[in-house]
Amino acid sequence: MFSLEGITTAVQDWLFIKFNPTLALAMECIIVILLAITLFAGLGLVLVLMERKVAARIQIRLGPNRVGPGGMFQTVADTLKLIMKEGLTPDSADKFLFNLAPFIVMMVAMLLLAPIAFAKNFQIWDINIGVLYISAISSLSVIGILMAGWASNNKYSLLGAMRSGAQIVSYELSAGLAVLTIVVLTGSLQLSEIIAAQQNGWWIFKGHIPAVIAFVIFIIAVTAETNRAPFDLAEAESELTAGFHTEYSGMKFALFFLAEYINIFIVCAIGATLFLGGWMPLHIGSWEAFNHIMDYIPSSVWFMGKTFFLIFVIMWFRWTFPRLRIDQLLNLEWKYLLPISLLNLLLVAVIAILGWHF
Amino acid sequence: MFLKEYISDVYNGVTSLLKGMRKTGYYFLHPKEIITEQYPDNRATLVLAERFKGEVVMPHDANNEHACTGCTACEIACPNGTIKVVTKFDITPEGKKKKAIDALVYHLELCTMCNLCVVACPSDAIKMAPTFEHSVFDRSKLTKILNKPASKIREGIE
Amino acid sequence: MYNQTEIIKDTTNLGPEGELIINMGPQHPATHGVLHLVVTLNGETIKKIEPHLGYIHRSIEKMCESLTYRQFIYVTSRMDYLSSHINNLGCALLIEKGMQIEVPERAKYIRVILSELTRIASHELWLGAMAMDLGAFTPFFYTFREREMITEIMEETCGARLTMNYIVPGGLMYDIHPDFQKKVKAFIKQFKEKVTEFEDLVTNNIIFQSRTKGIGILTAEDAISFGCTGPVARASGVSCDIRKLYPYDVYDKVEFDEVIETAGDSFARYIVRVKEMNQSIRIIEQLIDCIPEGDFVGKTKNVLKLPKGEFYTRVETARGELGVFVVSEGGANPYRIKFRSPGFSNLSALNHMAAGSKIGDLMATMGTLDLVIPDIDR
Repeated sequence: MFSLEGITTAVQDWLFIKFNPTLALAMECIIVILLAITLFAGLGLVLVLMERKVAARIQIRLGPNRVGPGGMFQTVADTLKLIMKEGLTPDSADKFLFNLAPFIVMMVAMLLLAPIAFAKNFQIWDINIGVLYISAISSLSVIGILMAGWASNNKYSLLGAMRSGAQIVSYELSAGLAVLTIVVLTGSLQLSEIIAAQQNGWWIFKGHIPAVIAFVIFIIAVTAETNRAPFDLAEAESELTAGFHTEYSGMKFALFFLAEYINIFIVCAIGATLFLGGWMPLHIGSWEAFNHIMDYIPSSVWFMGKTFFLIFVIMWFRWTFPRLRIDQLLNLEWKYLLPISLLNLLLVAVIAILGWHF
Repeated sequence: MFLKEYISDVYNGVTSLLKGMRKTGYYFLHPKEIITEQYPDNRATLVLAERFKGEVVMPHDANNEHACTGCTACEIACPNGTIKVVTKFDITPEGKKKKAIDALVYHLELCTMCNLCVVACPSDAIKMAPTFEHSVFDRSKLTKILNKPASKIREGIE
Repeated sequence: MYNQTEIIKDTTNLGPEGELIINMGPQHPATHGVLHLVVTLNGETIKKIEPHLGYIHRSIEKMCESLTYRQFIYVTSRMDYLSSHINNLGCALLIEKGMQIEVPERAKYIRVILSELTRIASHELWLGAMAMDLGAFTPFFYTFREREMITEIMEETCGARLTMNYIVPGGLMYDIHPDFQKKVKAFIKQFKEKVTEFEDLVTNNIIFQSRTKGIGILTAEDAISFGCTGPVARASGVSCDIRKLYPYDVYDKVEFDEVIETAGDSFARYIVRVKEMNQSIRIIEQLIDCIPEGDFVGKTKNVLKLPKGEFYTRVETARGELGVFVVSEGGANPYRIKFRSPGFSNLSALNHMAAGSKIGDLMATMGTLDLVIPDIDR
């Protein structure tokens, strides 16, 4: 059976036999960095194409279909175009911060990749406070956006950045509380343990209604955190032209664009890990034959399938709903999502203490 | 009471959103509904309405004859000065002078396809053609002479 | 769900501190053309809006003075290009009124049917564009699918999709296409099937409702004093439908309701336009089967000359009342011509409606005003 675990252990063993341990570790780091960057580039291309195709299908269009079979290389062509474009810096902008901001946004997205388990035992860093690490790092992305908006010296950018700041800071709360429900149920912050706890069923099935509510709140909150429609107030095309990245062009714009899609991937991966069992196959009670067939599907396929399903749901939101207004956005968080998730956490705590889950 | 209102608010809001998602989800799952026309590829099957006002043309018959008498009705009717009639005098076999057109100059770049010239023409010499691919690299190419070289007026048209 | 909208009534005591002046337009995704709004903001709150006009001024009124009465009609298609047919009709009605030209019944019926189709096409485009202003991109494509059917009908009968120039003084330029009735009926069938889609996607959507309800309120008194007409005034409870008040062509023979809402907010304006589309369908259904046989154009002189004097007609375009005023010296050209365009008066109310609300509300308010900039600038 195909498994990524075998490849990683083989590479590791080979490196440690051939070289001394320090050098081997350094080489492993380089391999991981290269793999992460490749994954980023690949995901960016795939997700942008996916978004355009999903949007086209929903909007009764065909979507990109000229470059390559079925428009497969459209995003590659777009990237080439963006690389060749001049990266303009406005005259009155704060040059250093202006050029730094896209890299900060990108770096935050990269850091979040570390604790995610892509397949069985295929994880860069299985830190024992994985969930805490994720919520801590993901709140840093607002710094990059604020920096971009402020340094651009553009009124539209500033408005967009300020909206984004208010939005991300408030939605972090309900995203964190939704994640906490799973932590309460599992009793661990380590992602591998959370996945292992879902061997006999995913949390969304095992955790009764509170888990479902937490899942819905999590999806809404991360949609807002990644600045996606209907919460795309930071960009708000029809109001602020392009919000915080109005002044960016060329590759610097592409970095923002890429970071947006990578962020979606990461939050969906986290959602899939916490609520849908990560790489765990679908197991139903005592149907041995069914469970056995499910085990034959590689764990990486399970993980990617769940993640891409969640990404599709978020794209579906974007192409269906109108945008909220800034005060309604904050009302939704503070008057609806936060009280509901607090109550939900209480319920989950009761369930966990009494051991009502399976 | 407040709690009841709050819950019904949330319920109604969520159901209204789900209804919208069902609609877009239907279109996502039904690619038959796609209405895109792949224009340059479907040129062979493209059907344009016969009345479509694309440009003014002067139909010529098999003997290279047209119906234009050079009366300048179209030139007068045109609001933009799109048409310019250049006339000459032919000598008929009886030795009489007869007015005929030398060139009917048509400026496509000025034309707004209002159809007033076609309506004004007393002998139906000009009509609108359903063509629309007029782009050229040089604007002067849009100035056209509608009568073909060495064409004559058809017999019996005054 | 959360309609606790705070609209600041008195914006004068928001001091100059923290004031932000932004130029919205002439190139901005929400102004649909080259409208230039100078918006004074205090944070997210709008203090003042100042529209700057003239970016697409083509001096249509002056151009018309140098054209004959037959020729100038086509220029009016370029004013409010979404209801170009109705603009043409207004001009033709003025000439017919001034010269007492008898218009055949057949032409009158076809004119009304085409006017109503134009109105539906215009409202469909508005619906999609307004949803797009509020951030929902998808309804735009659904509305354009139905609009495409109308433009195809127009293309087949009038020979053009947008600037038809199908109406001449005394009737129509040529007869309708043989397939006209069949295609219109097919359109009505499809429209009735698909109109429920917008209810699910837009009208009943909680986000859309909370974005539009209670936003951009215009009272009936203000609507009258700003000179608002059309759906904007009717949403504030002002009865101003020219088709009902001063019927032209065969509007007095058909049954339809003047849609009036009283709330005066963006949602009311939205509802008025959606209901108006249904009323237009009702008018077309009554007329489409009983187009009388006969001539499509009445007898007119070769050169039209209005008698000396002043003439005025008005028609109800998709945006409101279009007035055509002509001063004639008795010659073949008008001496002075003036159009009273609905968009201009409706835009003048924008500052009054949007001041004190948020930037996002400006998009909802401006979207429901249904501005066509060439109509405002002419």
